[in-house]
Amino acid sequence: MLLRRSVRSAPSSLSASGTASAGVWRRKGVGRRADSLFAVLAALSGVLILGILGWMVVSTTGTALPVFGSQGISFITSSRWSPSDGEFGTLAFIYGTVVTSVIALLIAVPLSLGVSLFLTEYSPKRLKGPVGQAVDLLAAVPSVIYGLWGVFILLPLFLQPVSDFLAEYLGFIPIFKGPPSGLSYFGAGVILAIMITPIITSLCREVFETVPGADRHAAYALGATKWEVIRQAVLPRARAGIVGATMLGLGRALGETIAVALLIGSSVSIDASIVRPGYSMAAVIANQFQEATGDHIRALVGIGVVLFALTIIINMAARALVWRFNRT
Amino acid sequence: MSVDLPGTGGGVEAAPAAAPAAANGRWAGGRATPGASLRDIRPQRRRVWRDRRNTALILLAVGLTMTPVVMILYQITAKGIATMDWGFLTSSMPFSFRREGGGFFNGLVGTGIMVGIASLVSVPLGVLAAVYLVEYGKKNWLAKLIRFFSDVMTGVPSVFVGLFVYTALVIPFGFGALMGAASLAIIMMPIIVRSTEEMLKLVPQELKDAGYALGAAKWQTVVRVVLPSAAPGITTGVMLAVARAAGETAPLILTALGSYQLTAALWGEPISSLTLAIFDGARNPFAAGQARAWAGALELLIIVLIFTVGARVVASRSRIAR
Repeated sequence: MLLRRSVRSAPSSLSASGTASAGVWRRKGVGRRADSLFAVLAALSGVLILGILGWMVVSTTGTALPVFGSQGISFITSSRWSPSDGEFGTLAFIYGTVVTSVIALLIAVPLSLGVSLFLTEYSPKRLKGPVGQAVDLLAAVPSVIYGLWGVFILLPLFLQPVSDFLAEYLGFIPIFKGPPSGLSYFGAGVILAIMITPIITSLCREVFETVPGADRHAAYALGATKWEVIRQAVLPRARAGIVGATMLGLGRALGETIAVALLIGSSVSIDASIVRPGYSMAAVIANQFQEATGDHIRALVGIGVVLFALTIIINMAARALVWRFNRT
Repeated sequence: MSVDLPGTGGGVEAAPAAAPAAANGRWAGGRATPGASLRDIRPQRRRVWRDRRNTALILLAVGLTMTPVVMILYQITAKGIATMDWGFLTSSMPFSFRREGGGFFNGLVGTGIMVGIASLVSVPLGVLAAVYLVEYGKKNWLAKLIRFFSDVMTGVPSVFVGLFVYTALVIPFGFGALMGAASLAIIMMPIIVRSTEEMLKLVPQELKDAGYALGAAKWQTVVRVVLPSAAPGITTGVMLAVARAAGETAPLILTALGSYQLTAALWGEPISSLTLAIFDGARNPFAAGQARAWAGALELLIIVLIFTVGARVVASRSRIAR
């Protein structure tokens, strides 16, 4: 039946143009050589990606090599950053990157879980579209706009008051010790959290949607409340996916540059208090590059290499986790 | 499936009666003692309370996440409109942040040139690479390697891409539009490869067979059958990549450097972009410069949203994509 229909309809719609263009193809084609040429071209484009990635590593490491050589291991273990004296210890930047990313995750992961659970388990159909699109919109906003908004709106409205509050009432705890600054690890962490929430949310949402409806219905049938369904039917199946999503969010947070550069306070110091200004690896590259010369530039490139290595490790681990999740 | 099944006692009797029987099941609240009365509903209350509390927490999370969305949209629009006018769109920056007037036309031109060149390079290369993955490489080691490393590349911090182009192209040739475009192309390419690959996979085998049946060679089938039928999906991926590139700042600091002047030179002199102009405006202490940054942010946000929303519209019209 199906076959007959396709046989009958094919000549009527295709025969005229079909045979004609087959003829055109033959005339235009350069024979078999064209085919292998195209295959080679396509393969070369693919290999180009590997080539660029390899070139990236070689070119940046090569540029930074003199500084790696002169500083040795103190490049990542010392926090003395004094370009005019030729001292390039980047520990303060590594510390700032890690601290801001951890703050961002502590805020973003619960929010993302909440939003993605809302979208998959709670939301009425009418709300699903608007809320989902609002989250996607958050992902589309460029980081320089987050930076601008963070400095001029979020800082006076939220970051400064909260930092003051933390230092005044919880200042006896070392991590909240004053004098407080709104431009701080905390400030950069909050803006990072807003930026990575949509990424973690959309990945978690995909993961939750793969949990079969039958699992949920089975739990409901046993008398579980909605939360018990989530807790015991949805979350256990999604655990690897959630960890993977978190790590991809972490990878993004580590490399985020502009918004952090505007909000971290640009102070080369290691401070246990999160309401004190600091610096991050990406931010120092963006802020100091334009005034840097000679070894200072090489040192900034070196920071980039360390940052690259860090994000690659995190990303590969995340991919491995997500991949394992998708397979099972 | 990993649901803990509590005792199934109770049968037809509704859940409350079943709870004490499930003394060691977690759904009974866990604390119901074996000797408790069948009518004891305290564990049930605790379960209901916990359910309501967590529902409230989830709604709170949604509210907290929606707040910045609304605030950013509202404040960028409100503050941007105040400075946005025809003069802003068509004139370039004054040389001082103290001076009012002027606009980011130089930045707009720079963004246009750099994103344009980056697209011209990365779209054909990205689509070809995807064709290789789907039609030629399939599951061989090279295809797997390319797939893995283009995923890795999407996770590379954009500032590192900028550093690479600085070391590879800026040191020998100087700052300029081409160098900025190169960094944007490197950022766009893996996005295009992966999204195009997903779209090409959806092209039904029957369509390709029809091409071969008409005597077409493989490359002819790819160019005239596979690519056209996947075109809407490919366009979606390209538009998202363009939106991403237009919003990049960090790599351009290291490659295009930024400039106050309007220029269309492809190399030899630094060039501005919308994002670089906004970044400069956000870093300076003068009201006039900051006001221009807000208007620039509105302009950039509109451009980015046109591409993101456009991508969605194209995707929804695509026949083979979901």
